[in-house]
Amino acid sequence: MLTGKVALVTGAGKGIGKEIALTLAGYGAKVIVNYAHSEGAAKEVVETIHANGKEAFLYGCDVADFQAVEQMIKDIVKEHGRIDILVNNAGITKDNLAMTMKEEEFDAVIATNLKGTFNCMRHASRQMLRQKGGHIISISSIVGLCGNAGQINYSASKAGIVAMTKSLAKELGSKGVTVNAVAPGFIETDMTNVLKEEVKEQMMSQIPLKRFGCTKDIAETVAFLASDKASYITGQTISVDGGMHQ
Amino acid sequence: MLEKVREMMAEQWNIDVEEITPTTNLQDDLGIDSLDLFEFVMAIEEEFGIEVPTEKASEMHTLQEVVNYLEEATK
Repeated sequence: MLTGKVALVTGAGKGIGKEIALTLAGYGAKVIVNYAHSEGAAKEVVETIHANGKEAFLYGCDVADFQAVEQMIKDIVKEHGRIDILVNNAGITKDNLAMTMKEEEFDAVIATNLKGTFNCMRHASRQMLRQKGGHIISISSIVGLCGNAGQINYSASKAGIVAMTKSLAKELGSKGVTVNAVAPGFIETDMTNVLKEEVKEQMMSQIPLKRFGCTKDIAETVAFLASDKASYITGQTISVDGGMHQ
Repeated sequence: MLEKVREMMAEQWNIDVEEITPTTNLQDDLGIDSLDLFEFVMAIEEEFGIEVPTEKASEMHTLQEVVNYLEEATK
């Protein structure tokens, strides 16, 4: 489905990003596994892909750094000739109630999740324009659509991704580039494992499909949006949440 | 140089060469939008093997301005 495509997945060392990298590689894409801090985990992802007989490359770069992202995109194009798929997955949380949240907590989440996504969109879209084609998929969140107590920073960053997706889709539509977002609901990862049991039970009661999502649910949706099968879809945010948000 | 760039413009935007004079304002007179213009800048980057900084690209409003930049950049 993605044979010969060059894909960059940010924050691909762990969780949803890791599954996306494995899935895109499984469909034949050459995957650049980006990480900022999880070098060991990212290396393992690359090794797993190699073990499956597919192509993957490691690239360390903090997406919050505008110039570092510019260099990363340049290096990828130099090395692989193009960039067909960009998956903006890198994200962090620093949860706190609004009234007790530190300025640094707000800024750090916005810098990685929102500006990091912008930085990658900004530099990759230039190359996609040159190629006259490409697919950009960003990971938003159900909390970006519904809000969540204790996550004023995270939910703002994820809502921002929805708006950036719509804007960029309008800018690049005539040039054959599609821009979409995926909004996961409750997905079992390291990020959600830390939640208390009663919080999880309360979540479950709001999910019509009566199960938590797994990373594969998100990765398959991303793979679809990155393929030519989704060529008439742009500017959309696809909720993958078991029906939680409708 | 001027004729070459002029022909590239005509081909890229599918318009007659005659419509493009050195001082024709590409956006106001020909209806070329900023994205079309940026796409053209990328075509000349490839053609001439140069890299045009984004801020320079947004300063190019006419064929003459594009040519002036290119003559400077390819010296």
